Amino acid sequence: MAQAVTATPAALEVISRLEAAHGPLVFHQSGGCCDGTSPMCLREGELPPGPGDVHLGDVGDVPFYIDADQYERWGRPEFVIDVAPGAADSFSLEGTVQVHFVTHTP
Amino acid sequence: MELKERYDNFIGGEWIAPTTREYRENLTPATGQPFCEVAHSAPADIELALDAAHAAKDAWGSRSPAERAAVLDAVADAIEENLEMLAVAESYENGKPVRETINADIPLAVDHFRYFADAARAEEGRISEIDDQTYAYHFHEPLGVVGQIIPFNFPLLMAAWKIAPALAAGNCTVLKPASPTPWSILKLAEVVGDIVPAGVLNIVNGPGAEIGRALASNKRIAKIAFTGETVTGRLIMSYAAQNLIPSTTELGGKSPNIFFEDVMAADDAFLDKAIEGLVLYAFNKGEVCTCPSRALIHESIYDGFMARCLERIRAIKQGHPLDIATMIGAQVSTAQLEKIEGYVKIGREEGAEVLIGGERPSLGAELDGGYYYEPTVLKGHNKMRVFQEEIFGPVLAVTTFRDEAEALEIANDTLYGLGAGVWTRDGSRAFRMGRAIKAGRVWTNCYHQYPAHAAFGGYKSSGVGRENHRMMLEHYSQTKCLLVSYDPNPLGFF
Repeated sequence: MAQAVTATPAALEVISRLEAAHGPLVFHQSGGCCDGTSPMCLREGELPPGPGDVHLGDVGDVPFYIDADQYERWGRPEFVIDVAPGAADSFSLEGTVQVHFVTHTP
Repeated sequence: MELKERYDNFIGGEWIAPTTREYRENLTPATGQPFCEVAHSAPADIELALDAAHAAKDAWGSRSPAERAAVLDAVADAIEENLEMLAVAESYENGKPVRETINADIPLAVDHFRYFADAARAEEGRISEIDDQTYAYHFHEPLGVVGQIIPFNFPLLMAAWKIAPALAAGNCTVLKPASPTPWSILKLAEVVGDIVPAGVLNIVNGPGAEIGRALASNKRIAKIAFTGETVTGRLIMSYAAQNLIPSTTELGGKSPNIFFEDVMAADDAFLDKAIEGLVLYAFNKGEVCTCPSRALIHESIYDGFMARCLERIRAIKQGHPLDIATMIGAQVSTAQLEKIEGYVKIGREEGAEVLIGGERPSLGAELDGGYYYEPTVLKGHNKMRVFQEEIFGPVLAVTTFRDEAEALEIANDTLYGLGAGVWTRDGSRAFRMGRAIKAGRVWTNCYHQYPAHAAFGGYKSSGVGRENHRMMLEHYSQTKCLLVSYDPNPLGFF
């Protein structure tokens, strides 16, 4: 069975840079307004997963969570975390290095 | 319009360089070209702004309601006097058509300050008579210093929605604009900077992960207000929980716009209005939390009604946002543009039919560097991802329904509940539907109207709290109860 979540080499490279700068990390898949539907990369412990979150897997050694209802509504896709140039407008850490993570669902 | 090379933070009534001494290029979505630089601040700059706000809060909080109202009215007048300049700034930085900013964004911002000036003066406490010798007097007192995080889609109007009630209730604010749109709010500060007392309004620009977090999690704010996406909404609420302060969050939606068969009962002004009501998904290039992004059309009128709507969509003029004839401009950033393209691809893959659009247009010359996307309509069904996820672009997902019960079921089959539209000539049905839809705002035979004095906010995952109504004064106030006994006699316990 394919892994529920993976990352491209470029995304893994940014993740390791952010880990070096900020310590252990966590991903939460977002939804809704503005920069919704982006994967948010936060410091571990910044937003402890709640009872409604599903742990889909790890990218590198970073756990990836999504809201269970959202996961169902999206049809349980496979997620590939990639990176694109330019900072997005969010609390996600990669904005500090002028890139933004994106979620592909092949 | 005056355009400087670089813009500092606005703190304590002064223009202050960021402690980092760093600036970032600010682009216009119209061409993708940079046009100025804006402060790239650090958490230390948030602390400076909080210092200024705390220094100002006692004097501002003790001003009489009439004095505070006079300041808000003067802000409204100054914005009105500079309406065209601010409309152009807003359009150029965000990519939205200038005809929208001239006729909607800026006039609404003006009215918002006037509304809260009046509301603050009309505010009164309540007295509860506990018994004939015991009375509870309730007073509103300012919270003190609040933090406010503004989205990129209506930078000036959303700032007005947040600043006006906060200041009217006697608070000072530290504002963090959205990273793609840091500049138009600074043009607003140039216009109103001498009117608002120093330290009452402070604006700090920089990355959300650093200064947004430094503001939202700060122990020196008494409330945090946020508009944006769901994970940051959860973050904001968890920071507020850790500091035991209130928060308001507005987190978007996937709003249904429902057209019953009697819409087509006559070919008249009402039908014309309903057609425009569907096409309003392209307003502000779809970058609206309440974008009517799901159209539900009764199956008996689908072919005829949709044909009329597609004709109207084909007539949308796309171009440079500053061209007064332009009806749809550019998306705010390449990130948004990529997201829209990604969703249209997902829609095609899951079997949605592209009725119109679905591509990036070629507008020629300098505009080819801009972030444009054609107004697009996808036909499918409500279980598709393009019906469930907020695209935040000019992409409409359309489907049909058999009867009122099915329309309601589809309308409510979403994680969100911010806006909805109901179009019918049957007043009873409009009322039934309006009450049954789980959304904070149900436009009935209209859409995308945002007058002050009409509460706005979400059900379900669309956030917690309301804006745009005088009830906001309570959200930005403490309630003080003086419980007074006029009875000379002791209780008798001891």
